[in-house]
Amino acid sequence: MSGVDLDPYGERYAARTRGMTASAIRALFAVANRPEVVSLAGGMPYIEALPLEAVSDMVAAMVRDHGPAALQYGSGQGLPALREMICEVMSLEGIAASPDDVVVTVGSQQALDLVTRIFCDPGDVVVAEAPSYVGALSTFASYQAQVVHVPMDEAGLVPAALDETCARLAREGRTVKFLYTVPNFHNPAGVSLSVPRRDEVLAVAARHGVLVLEDNPYGLLGFDAEPVHALRARTGDGVIYLGSFSKTFAPGLRVGWVLAPHSVREKLVLAAEASVLCPPNFTQMVVADYLRTQPWQQQVKVYREVYRERRDAILDAMAQHFPAGSTWTRPAGGFYTWVTLPEGLDAGAMLPRAVQGRVAYVPGGAFYADGSGGSKMRLSYCYPPPDRIREGVRRLAAVIDEELEVRATFGPAAGTSGDAAVTAPAPPDLA
Amino acid sequence: MTADGGVRRVLVLAGGLSFERDVSLRSGRRVAEALRSVGVEVDERDVDAGLLAHLAEHPPDAVFIALHGGPGEDGAVRGVLDLAGVPYAGAAPHACRMAFDKPTAKALVRAAGLHTPDWVTLPHETFRELGAHAVLDRLVERIPGPLVVKPARGGSALGMTVVHRADQLPAAMVHCFAYGDTALIERFVAGTEVAVSVVEDAGGSAEALPAVEIVPKDGVFDYAARYTAGATDYHVPARLDAEAARSAAAVAGAAHRALGLRDLSRTDLVVDSDGTPWFLEVNVSPGMTETSLLPMAAAGGGRDLGELCRTALERAVARGRSEAESGPAGSHRAGQA
Repeated sequence: MSGVDLDPYGERYAARTRGMTASAIRALFAVANRPEVVSLAGGMPYIEALPLEAVSDMVAAMVRDHGPAALQYGSGQGLPALREMICEVMSLEGIAASPDDVVVTVGSQQALDLVTRIFCDPGDVVVAEAPSYVGALSTFASYQAQVVHVPMDEAGLVPAALDETCARLAREGRTVKFLYTVPNFHNPAGVSLSVPRRDEVLAVAARHGVLVLEDNPYGLLGFDAEPVHALRARTGDGVIYLGSFSKTFAPGLRVGWVLAPHSVREKLVLAAEASVLCPPNFTQMVVADYLRTQPWQQQVKVYREVYRERRDAILDAMAQHFPAGSTWTRPAGGFYTWVTLPEGLDAGAMLPRAVQGRVAYVPGGAFYADGSGGSKMRLSYCYPPPDRIREGVRRLAAVIDEELEVRATFGPAAGTSGDAAVTAPAPPDLA
Repeated sequence: MTADGGVRRVLVLAGGLSFERDVSLRSGRRVAEALRSVGVEVDERDVDAGLLAHLAEHPPDAVFIALHGGPGEDGAVRGVLDLAGVPYAGAAPHACRMAFDKPTAKALVRAAGLHTPDWVTLPHETFRELGAHAVLDRLVERIPGPLVVKPARGGSALGMTVVHRADQLPAAMVHCFAYGDTALIERFVAGTEVAVSVVEDAGGSAEALPAVEIVPKDGVFDYAARYTAGATDYHVPARLDAEAARSAAAVAGAAHRALGLRDLSRTDLVVDSDGTPWFLEVNVSPGMTETSLLPMAAAGGGRDLGELCRTALERAVARGRSEAESGPAGSHRAGQA
């Protein structure tokens, strides 16, 4: 007789790996990459809109002229020239900053990781919007931080609810390390924090002594208006700001940044060095050359027009096809609309039916740390062209109708499925 | 093909559009590696609109189908390979169709004298037309005790629920119907869960590999328990007494024959406290991933996975040759002969 030990390291894993298991829902997304499926799941920028020939010439020239530097180790904080340009980019959203306070990271996802690493001990509380970006929730979980959600509405995070939550946590003696917020074109909710609320949120946070972690990958992708001043533009204190070139240029380069108060920045650089030594010189120099030699703001306008057309397509199609009882947000920028399904439906439980119907989305449960969100789903309109979006919504509407029929057959006793939540980290192309 | 009837170049099909695409991709990679390790040249490919053109341009000696679920297991892809005149390892389309449909497979093995838990097969329409609660009430009266609800077709325990109380049934039905239109509801048999893989040698005699005993740490062998290394304890051979082990092997062999399978298959069984093996289902395209049962059984039996796969492919090549010579009706190759 012999026991087969498929994982001889089972007893040695850290507690933070709990929950890192295979998931049926995650596996279903494997099908979403096939061309037969209209994927409204992934938040992938439409890179095809880039002038790839110009980028190719630019990269070739960079390697030819500066290859030894591009292929060498760099500084843990990132290249000074790029950090200066990042400050110019941030000035478009009203931020005045010094390049000394910028740390370049491997995508803003690494910035999230570093900030959480230097602030959170196991059991510490992170306050976050309900719902919240799935990639951030995965990071918080990996440091065993506890996420406490605060509700949002059409105007973003609700300041009064934030106030109540912070007060309650203080009464309970729990340590809130920071508020994680995506104020512009929220992932997944598709809403933005209104201008009046920006100062209110900052005031509430200041009153409770809570640091604000402002994550702003979509700020320049508004369809209808000029960019609104960032939270960090309104105060120099108490805000750590995360930025990214993934949506304004290209996510494959993995270049993001964090702007932090001086003392925090020192720790971030040390943490970054411990983690990756330095961000890649190569991709930093590609971004710097792109900003310097290409009409990048014009390209952002091109992206905006692409996404505006797709946003219009998805909103029109949902209005035309979705059954009564469904509601959704109307994003004024960014990549996502957040759908509430008719009563009784569970988006996680419905996903296999959707995959059979050749359409994919991300079930809402992925965006909550507390198991809620079953009736929600995130639809991304950034990647498929408008006619595919319309086809995808038509298919999804049929799937919802079928699911309603099955639910009606078995009645309210059928409850909701237990496997709705995506417990494992989201695959990169879904984040 | 080499002069001695061996295989030189094979195509491994993996991926597909089923719920088990991810598992299939992993199975395919594992099989391809195993075959390469025994000197076989391997191409790997998804099943898509380019497949037939690819087969015409680069005809392999034989195809190994590492597809799970849907067309990969229900005979559809094999039917297409028959049309293309390309030999493949494993059962013929008609046998797959019966084996993949769990209620049909259960009926056939019961007719062959094997034990399989009592069951009912019900499509969603039946519940809608006759009233879910009336039907479920009758079902609970008829098959008392814990029940297993699962899609009539499919694998990896997707859509499966073990139901301990009648009030859990509606949710289990809804879960199941998200994966398919027809549900199989069967009596839950408590006991030792085992999987017995059957492989045929070059001469076609079927041999049962050592039974693999499955002990999921959370009690249920669901998707996470299957594909998370360490989430399930396995024992090879299963901790059965000699007689129970013999009868489990015999049942797997009998199911393989009764369903007209060939080359390789895996039968999932529960051995109850009396030592009686109960047939649950059979897989015509067993999982081949790092956590899958057939590779574990092969290792437990001291067999090389690459050799096993190669033997199955050699049998396919030999069949292809004899069909080409005898020219079976309806075959593409016969039409050309």
